Amino acid sequence: MKRTFEPFWWSLFGAGGVISAFFVPVLLFLNGLAIPLGWIDQPSYENLAALAKTPLVRMFLGVLISFSLLHWAHRFRFTLYDGLQLKHLNVLIAVLCYGGAIVGTLAAVYTLWIS
Amino acid sequence: MAESITLEIFRYLSESETKPAFQTYEVPFRRDWVILDALNYIKDNLDGTLSFRWSCRMGVCGSCGMMVDGTPVLTCATFMEKFLPGPIRVEPLVNFPAVRDLVIEMDDFMGKLSRVKPWIIRDEEKPLSQGEYIQTPAQLHDYKQYSMCINCMLCYAACPIVGLEPGFVGPAAIALAQRYNLDNRDQGKKERMEVLSQDDGIYECTLVGECSVVCPKSVDPAGAIQRYKATTAMEWWKSLLLPWGKK
Repeated sequence: MKRTFEPFWWSLFGAGGVISAFFVPVLLFLNGLAIPLGWIDQPSYENLAALAKTPLVRMFLGVLISFSLLHWAHRFRFTLYDGLQLKHLNVLIAVLCYGGAIVGTLAAVYTLWIS
Repeated sequence: MAESITLEIFRYLSESETKPAFQTYEVPFRRDWVILDALNYIKDNLDGTLSFRWSCRMGVCGSCGMMVDGTPVLTCATFMEKFLPGPIRVEPLVNFPAVRDLVIEMDDFMGKLSRVKPWIIRDEEKPLSQGEYIQTPAQLHDYKQYSMCINCMLCYAACPIVGLEPGFVGPAAIALAQRYNLDNRDQGKKERMEVLSQDDGIYECTLVGECSVVCPKSVDPAGAIQRYKATTAMEWWKSLLLPWGKK
């Protein structure tokens, strides 16, 4: 197969779509409805912070954030290409979209593991 | 019940200098008439200069695709009753150049079709004496849906990417490639992948899905393209991670 990077970006896009479709609604339900409306007890900040430090949760949040951003990047790139018909800015758009997702991933890694 | 109905038909006479324009015709309304019946009524009784393609009148030949009120349809399978009280606007399929009136130029489509090699490719043909290639009903089922395509080109008119990217191979051709890729008698997957995994192949598609909406044969080209994207993405990762594997 001749070298093209479309399958690479597309598979990240596909993976991101699946992961975010499965998990984002659950997180939104818990943090946006169930906890504020008192359906489940409000966890303390310390508890949540400690939970976010466990390796499995770190991994989960890192993957969720990164792949959701990669999903966004691919979709937004084609929205700009076809929707706004900016195909002549091809390279710039690709760099901004995928670059944005990579920067977001690095920021997530930094926040989850280093800071 | 309406006595008659008005059709606004795109007229373009390539031999004259006049610009394309819409011409209005009044035809009798009959409940059992499809758009194609009205066009034939016009051709026979009102204006013999009107040009359009048609043949089978039963949704098999794929010749009579046109835009009716902005939607690509087979005019032989679209009843006028749906458009009461009218007027009904009939135009040639969009995303194709018009040759004359409702007739489109399809050379580009034919070229794309042959690019994906829609025929059974064998590494080596076995001699007739060894008999036929055997296929089970389950193996037939794998590709049968994609073999229902009648090349009516409605999906090309419906697809916004075809309009934006003239090089895009397009829905029907990719679905037809899948029809052969999924056929157990075929050995041409690699050859087709060379064509279709390129930037003007399947990855131009952004899954708008209109191709599958307008398809009169429920081929679901959008589904075919998505399945094929998954296949080629898998191959891409395989060739990256296992570069020593079979090319």
